[in-house]
Amino acid sequence: MSRQALDIFASELDATVLQAIDIGARSGVEKRLATLTQDYEDPDALRRLAGQLRQHSLDHLDEYLAGAERRLEENGAQVHFAATTARALEIVLDIVRASGTRVVTKSKSMASEELDLSRELASRGFEPLETDLGEFVVQLDDDHPSHIVKPIIHKTRHDVARSFERSGLGDYNDDPETITRRARSFMRDKFLAAGVTITGANFVSAESGRVVVVTNEGNARFGQAGADVHIVLAGIEKVIPRDRDLALLLSLLIRSATGQRITSYVELIGGPRHPAQPSGPREMHVIFMDANRSDIVGSDMAPILRCIRCGACMNSCPVYRESSGHAYRGVYPGPMGAVLGPLLADEGFGKLADLARASTLCGACHDVCPVDIPIPDLIARLRERSVREKVKHANQGVPPMSVYSLVARHPRLWRLVMSLGHLMERLPLARLPIAAGRAWLDHRTLPRWRGGRFRRWLRRSEKGRADD
Amino acid sequence: MTNDREKVFSRLKASLDRLPARTPYPDFPADVATPADRREGGLSVFRQRLAETSTRLFEDIASLGRWLGERNVLSGYCDPSLAAILRPAIPPSIRLSTNFDRQRPDDYQFGITRASAGIVETGSLVLKDRDTSDRLGAVAPWIHVACLDPGNLYATLADALTDLGDDPAVILVSGHSQTADVEGIMIHGVHGPGEQACLFMQAEKKTENGP
Repeated sequence: MSRQALDIFASELDATVLQAIDIGARSGVEKRLATLTQDYEDPDALRRLAGQLRQHSLDHLDEYLAGAERRLEENGAQVHFAATTARALEIVLDIVRASGTRVVTKSKSMASEELDLSRELASRGFEPLETDLGEFVVQLDDDHPSHIVKPIIHKTRHDVARSFERSGLGDYNDDPETITRRARSFMRDKFLAAGVTITGANFVSAESGRVVVVTNEGNARFGQAGADVHIVLAGIEKVIPRDRDLALLLSLLIRSATGQRITSYVELIGGPRHPAQPSGPREMHVIFMDANRSDIVGSDMAPILRCIRCGACMNSCPVYRESSGHAYRGVYPGPMGAVLGPLLADEGFGKLADLARASTLCGACHDVCPVDIPIPDLIARLRERSVREKVKHANQGVPPMSVYSLVARHPRLWRLVMSLGHLMERLPLARLPIAAGRAWLDHRTLPRWRGGRFRRWLRRSEKGRADD
Repeated sequence: MTNDREKVFSRLKASLDRLPARTPYPDFPADVATPADRREGGLSVFRQRLAETSTRLFEDIASLGRWLGERNVLSGYCDPSLAAILRPAIPPSIRLSTNFDRQRPDDYQFGITRASAGIVETGSLVLKDRDTSDRLGAVAPWIHVACLDPGNLYATLADALTDLGDDPAVILVSGHSQTADVEGIMIHGVHGPGEQACLFMQAEKKTENGP
């Protein structure tokens, strides 16, 4: 039978990659759970609260986005809007060109992955440098991140050592400490040579205009100590109402992402450097990127925009663990990516619509989501949409349900089928011309037919009660 | 650009107008996510929390000076307004520069700057741009020493985040720079300091408000 792209990718994955992902994802699940249960009597109540707060932010995004713009401008930052990823790229290029720099340092930003920013900058003769260690390895390998928090979850230390060796960063050495020291030493001069540094934003406060950037490595901080110009690239959905919301959102984001109570660095940047400060950006540009988000906010898919990019859903997802982030063919992997990917795709919904099938609908992603996104419900809606819009590749290998639908909607027919169901045991099912059915039977045996018993039991029991 | 702004806002408006109702702002205290056992402020708890984040604490200038001496460091950066106070306690063999030369970042084995406040809940140091003499001095050297008046403590993260003021860059530093990107193994000192320290400095305040 024809299989879906994700299944094919997963079946061809190297065993070491699968093992690396499984170990990385499992440890993420354990650390998150340990911190949340140790710190909170009822973490679920906090998740629901944070979910409502994020949904409120989205439902009033017009107001809060305008508020953030106003405050940032008052603080001396320049605010830009980009309707599309292509427009966001143009704005970045204009700023970088105007700065006269060649070297550009970059912190991890999923929004920047949407425009493939590093490759685009490099193709125009600039020297972009991914400064997050994991993203740096991704850049050396001309690869893509396979997890939104742990970009090289799919690589072993041996892979990284080979990448460093190949890139002229010393002889083969797979000791993680040596690898880290070499990266440190390589990047220090770059931080100081770069005229522009680019970050994403974990949140933007409409009240103060502050852009919040969370890291452990200190790369965003160093970037903003070295460069004269700071560009923030943020999806419009990152705006939250007030500074007072940050303690709740940061507490849940960080615990869910890494199991820490706080990361080594939490930066709250309101504008260009203080006049008395000798180092750091004199110019700050904030680019608010739409790229299909504005269409989502008023739709029944809006809850996916609550996402604060912690990665907990992918860590807990059985499909992600068996297929890796690259199997999702886009910027955002895992359950949140299966929803957001098709909705944000520049080429339209159809391109990644099959990702809605990359789920068992087990609900683990919803259980761990710090902002209470009902991901399985959203996935089910996307499946419905792919059927409605007849996206053929999205429904490959999915059994035709029209016969079941007919039977289930007609009680008499249902009763008849229930009484005749045992005949199925005599049919050569494996030879039926239903590809999905054959694939199912490749790995499973049908249990003995027991249909119709409940109705018989109910009839008898009702009769018994009437006789009493 | 203006065109893009209009596009984004008009699409947003059209999209939001489709909503039958808009979710209200939830009612919650700002410190709702402070764990019950982390609400207590105070200096002694702060000391424990600094230890939790692997931030080395020096209670006085002399102990910082001794430690730097034992570390065999040769030179470092120091906030010009602190140099005169710290110099007598730091071994004379150690050079203190009050200017960070960005052409020679590796010349500085440590950096000493001011912290504006501390946060007890998370063991964090709050570095505000206006109080930090040079961002590079706080991030580039292997050792960073943040000088904090221990009277300036916020009990909770929420207390700190609701009092950010108008400083353009407020940085919460909770321990040293670290990564677990390679096979989840924790390594200190990626780009920022591999060792984070805090020096309690009440001296200036005592002089001002002395008996």
